[in-house]
Amino acid sequence: MTGAGEAFALQCPAPLPPGGSVLIGHGSGGKLTAELIRTVFVPAFGGRELAKLGDAAVVEMGALCVAFTTDSFVVDPPEFPGSDIGALAVNGTVNDLAMMGATPLYMATAFILEEGFPMDTLRRIVASMADAARTAGVELVTGDTKVVERGSGDGVFITTSGIGLVPPGVLIGPDRARPGDVVLVSGPIGSHGVAVMSRRAGIGFDADVASDTAPLTGLVQAMLAAGDVRCLRDATRGGVASVLNELAEASGVSITVRDEDLPVLEPVRAACEMLGLDPVYVANEGVCVAIVAPGDAGSVLAAARSVPAGARAEIVGVVEAGPARVRMETGLGVTRSLIMLAGGQLPRIC
Amino acid sequence: MRYVDEYRDTRIARALLADIAATVTRPWTIMEVCGGQTHTLIRQGIDQLLPAEVDLVHGPGCPVCVTPLAVIDRAIAIAKRPGTILCSFGDMLRVPGSKEDLFQARAAGADARVVYSPMDALAIARREPDKIVVFFAVGFETTAPANAMAVRQAKALGVENFALLVAHVLVPPAMLAVLAAPGNRVQGFLAPGHVCTIAGWTEYEPIAGAFHVPIVVTGFEPLDLLEGIRMVVEQLESGRAEVENQYVRSVQRAGNLPAQQVLAEVFEPCDRAWRGLGVIPASGLRLREAYRAHDAEVLFPAQGPEAEESERCIAGQVLIGRAKPDQCPAFGTECSPEHPLGAPMVSPEGACAAYFLAGRTRRVEEVRT
Repeated sequence: MTGAGEAFALQCPAPLPPGGSVLIGHGSGGKLTAELIRTVFVPAFGGRELAKLGDAAVVEMGALCVAFTTDSFVVDPPEFPGSDIGALAVNGTVNDLAMMGATPLYMATAFILEEGFPMDTLRRIVASMADAARTAGVELVTGDTKVVERGSGDGVFITTSGIGLVPPGVLIGPDRARPGDVVLVSGPIGSHGVAVMSRRAGIGFDADVASDTAPLTGLVQAMLAAGDVRCLRDATRGGVASVLNELAEASGVSITVRDEDLPVLEPVRAACEMLGLDPVYVANEGVCVAIVAPGDAGSVLAAARSVPAGARAEIVGVVEAGPARVRMETGLGVTRSLIMLAGGQLPRIC
Repeated sequence: MRYVDEYRDTRIARALLADIAATVTRPWTIMEVCGGQTHTLIRQGIDQLLPAEVDLVHGPGCPVCVTPLAVIDRAIAIAKRPGTILCSFGDMLRVPGSKEDLFQARAAGADARVVYSPMDALAIARREPDKIVVFFAVGFETTAPANAMAVRQAKALGVENFALLVAHVLVPPAMLAVLAAPGNRVQGFLAPGHVCTIAGWTEYEPIAGAFHVPIVVTGFEPLDLLEGIRMVVEQLESGRAEVENQYVRSVQRAGNLPAQQVLAEVFEPCDRAWRGLGVIPASGLRLREAYRAHDAEVLFPAQGPEAEESERCIAGQVLIGRAKPDQCPAFGTECSPEHPLGAPMVSPEGACAAYFLAGRTRRVEEVRT
């Protein structure tokens, strides 16, 4: 479960309490999502492992250390430049496991299909899922299918759950960042979000941008072998800024990143300028944030760059002693805070 | 990225800052009118790099911010009517009305949709002829021409189920209201470059003369803003009060004449209420008689008394430059982007949200304890 943790827990006496219904912002990966998880799910389901709110749970089963996670995919449109909902559903779950240092092994999937959804599209999505699973080295071993009446769904929703084994000695946790550590980003940010938006009804612009969806298992294993990787997070919904806020909060540290060091592809920058979005809050599907011990920064960076998924990895910032916060240094040498957004980013009017 | 990176060069920015510091000899208060300018200034931290003598105050140029509560309530009421679809730019959906915002209304069953252009709303109207599609037309002179084009096209095509809920406002009357307000501190303006791209700057010339204030038409990138500030400071220091144009790559004195013609054909000036500022004479636009069939205010007359603004929100003071966002007792405590008390906390271009998003929450640590 992502989207947990907060930059700071402002509890306002709200003049407009969220009240009785779920809002679209509750799914944004920002503060509203965190609020929903903290006030509805965690109290009901309890449990020490859940309360850690990691990308995946890590549980002991006999002598084995097992990572276990689940994720649902509702992306609109289901096919977009560079990928589709099927590959995304596999890679999303694979990456949640990889972020715990686990080797993903088996996966379950459930489809909710809307009456009238084109069978050809479904076949393409399923073929793409199978490809992604082969690439990631996981086997789809069980599943479920439901069909809802036209109008009760949005074409296709896919849920995947995965398990993997965490090798002995792996110690990754959101609370392990220490002053002096460095922040590494595994590749150019914002590409997935912009690729999806470029095909969304109502925007439809031509951008030479493909989704970055990719399994990160190989990348993570290369980095773990090269040095002390203290924290790992898949920078999906809410983008790099939200992930950094979660890590800063969990570790009680201050994180500063430099605007100029963050890798962003030119067409992604241009699209973000046009839409009034900040790439640090845009979703990724094949980019992780790693916090690395200072002495190992060079070797972990080199290891990341040695695999395709990390070819454009960069060191983008440093960890300092608290308070828990995330700041960005602008080109002019001024720092500003990167806060956790309340809901999703909304394109500006003008 | 062309047309962007060359206006963000840090070396030139430092030179401009040094120029401003070398020119200024005493305190001046300058207002940037447009929310887009506020956004860049705060995001880049430019206000923190200026010499202490130059005080920037943030103006009323955020369309989301100045749309009155009553109009938001009206939009929500329209969205809730069976058989109507309210289309809007994204940020309007999060602006609090008196009881709820459009996102909450949507969760309760209202049909409110985010579009990226009024033409998209027109396309929905053509696709769904049994529904009345209302586009929430907010904004200044910048967004008005596209909305005028949409309604003109609807009329030409005979799309009878398309209407505009017009809340358009105009910049020069708001600047006059700021200057005429008791206790006004504003001594010079950065005028909004995009508004002037459409409207030109002839309307600003009598204002500069009558109130003896320099007005510099300014763009939105860091170097634009720094150059605009330098031009205003130079005028103030030398006792001049003229309209000058910094944004030469976009703005001409007469503006965009075809856009102005469409505006004049479709809209006429009217008195309009501004959130926090009250009614300003001839400060808005409404549809002309010939377009009344497409006017949501005519189709869906207001019902019941209009709601009052929250007493705890000082948006009106912020919007005329009398207070800065972090001087509001509710800033960052009762009022935040997730639970905004007033509109300037909603759009990133609102001054309060710009401060909050850039982490100007100097009280955050105090709030937590």
